[in-house]
Amino acid sequence: MKYDLIVIGAGPAGMAAAGTAARGGLRVALVDSAAQLGGQFHRQPPPELGGGNVRDDPTHERLGRDQSIEQAIQAPAPRRDFLRLRDRLTGVDLHLGCRVWAVEPSFAVHHDGGTLTGERLLIATGAHDRVVPFPGWDLPGVMTAGGAQALLKGNLVVAGRRIAVAGTGPFLLPVAAGLAAAGARVVGVFEAARQMGALARYPAKLAEGAGYAATLARYRVPYHRGQAVVAAHGADELAKVTVAKIDDGWRAIRTREIECDALAVGYGFVPQLDLPVQLGCATTRDSDGSAIVAVDDQMRTSITGVHAAGETTGVGGAELAELDGIIAGHSITGTPLPDGVRRRRERARAFARLLHEVFPVRDGWRDRLRADTIVCRCEEVPYQAICDAQALGAVDTRSLKLLARPGMGWCQGRMCGYAVARLAGEDPPPPRRPIAQPISLQNLAAYPLRSTNDDA
Amino acid sequence: MSGFEIVFSGRPIPVRPGQTIGAALHAAGIRSWRTTRINGRPRGLFCGIGVCFDCLLTVNGEPNVRACLTVARPGDEVTTS
Repeated sequence: MKYDLIVIGAGPAGMAAAGTAARGGLRVALVDSAAQLGGQFHRQPPPELGGGNVRDDPTHERLGRDQSIEQAIQAPAPRRDFLRLRDRLTGVDLHLGCRVWAVEPSFAVHHDGGTLTGERLLIATGAHDRVVPFPGWDLPGVMTAGGAQALLKGNLVVAGRRIAVAGTGPFLLPVAAGLAAAGARVVGVFEAARQMGALARYPAKLAEGAGYAATLARYRVPYHRGQAVVAAHGADELAKVTVAKIDDGWRAIRTREIECDALAVGYGFVPQLDLPVQLGCATTRDSDGSAIVAVDDQMRTSITGVHAAGETTGVGGAELAELDGIIAGHSITGTPLPDGVRRRRERARAFARLLHEVFPVRDGWRDRLRADTIVCRCEEVPYQAICDAQALGAVDTRSLKLLARPGMGWCQGRMCGYAVARLAGEDPPPPRRPIAQPISLQNLAAYPLRSTNDDA
Repeated sequence: MSGFEIVFSGRPIPVRPGQTIGAALHAAGIRSWRTTRINGRPRGLFCGIGVCFDCLLTVNGEPNVRACLTVARPGDEVTTS
């Protein structure tokens, strides 16, 4: 059976688009690699795990508060947003737990459990944490902020007992607040940005931030601006971090050490573009330099029949993603857009651009690298090897990769891609990954690809 | 809500239904289960959402399984990759 529309990604953008298109009368499939709806922002615990009381969990002795861990980690407003998105999915075929590894023109969507075909495609594959290397960042106990959040919201497991939260961006707030409310001792939030006054132009967003700030205050979690974790220490696990005051270029001014057994670190997000690049969708640059899918005001990509929505078209948070999805859904069904959607979307997009300005990533992180600091975690490429390759004439990202092998391992540069590109003085190029997920040769043999990509 | 166990390198690990293998190991205080092939360094969960491949392990004989994505099932035999 051929669907009218296949939506890849069940976060806010994909859910909103699928629901809108189904209401417009289309046969819609919604596909996600996770077993639950919601994506990263609205991540839900599996139903069989829900309703547990933190007190029942023997693994964390401090979790003695009289509330369920779900209440502790899920603010009411996002929960309402999720339920509203979910309730609109009536009639949509859900294909959850399906990891899409390739999409062919026309459109055949190959996932690890089979193939779906559709007349049209909507790509809403979201983003993952952007990370930069620093000494010790490969120690167990150091996690991305999104990873710590996934552990908590998706598994009801707290990443550690004493946790530092560091990086830049508004996402650090809900991560720290969730960890604190779930019983961890959060030793501090270390936010690299210093000037945030411009955010006052958006009172609703400010109120949301104030809510998290109140939670941090209740649990006595200090929020430090203009500071960064510049090194992690420990023999085989994280034992402490070095925190520095940093200047506007992110060079360390004064350092101190703080004991902790976990670090949740994130410097914004990288849009996941594997599938749109496979399809040949044109890309462009977001205001922070990230490669994103180019879309028009209907969320149409350069490829006929392919729409994109959410973080793949520019990182901007759940509200913007949902509005993108609604616009894409109406564009696909040819139904009129409800009043106010476009205006709200423009405002949310402007706020996203402001966030990029207020929470930039400055190249001063490069000063922390020592000769033996691992840059590429998969291939264990130390900074020295990058420098050696540059001395041999590898001046751009691509030649650095060929000579020193960063980005050639399991993750295919998803983790080190940003850092390697910046070390080469470039913005990260769009990813070229003909296969978006590792698959068995059996899978590959069963579905011969007619890929136009000749360059892995 | 009744839990169950999986076996990690011969050791029983408690699991709450619906948790991933990586989450159950982490909750049990096991934060690394693989060593890197060049420097022999310990690795466990890093990105937590299936992107970084640091958390690979072997489940019931199947190698290179992402611990952060794979929901634990009763009796799973888990070893280092």
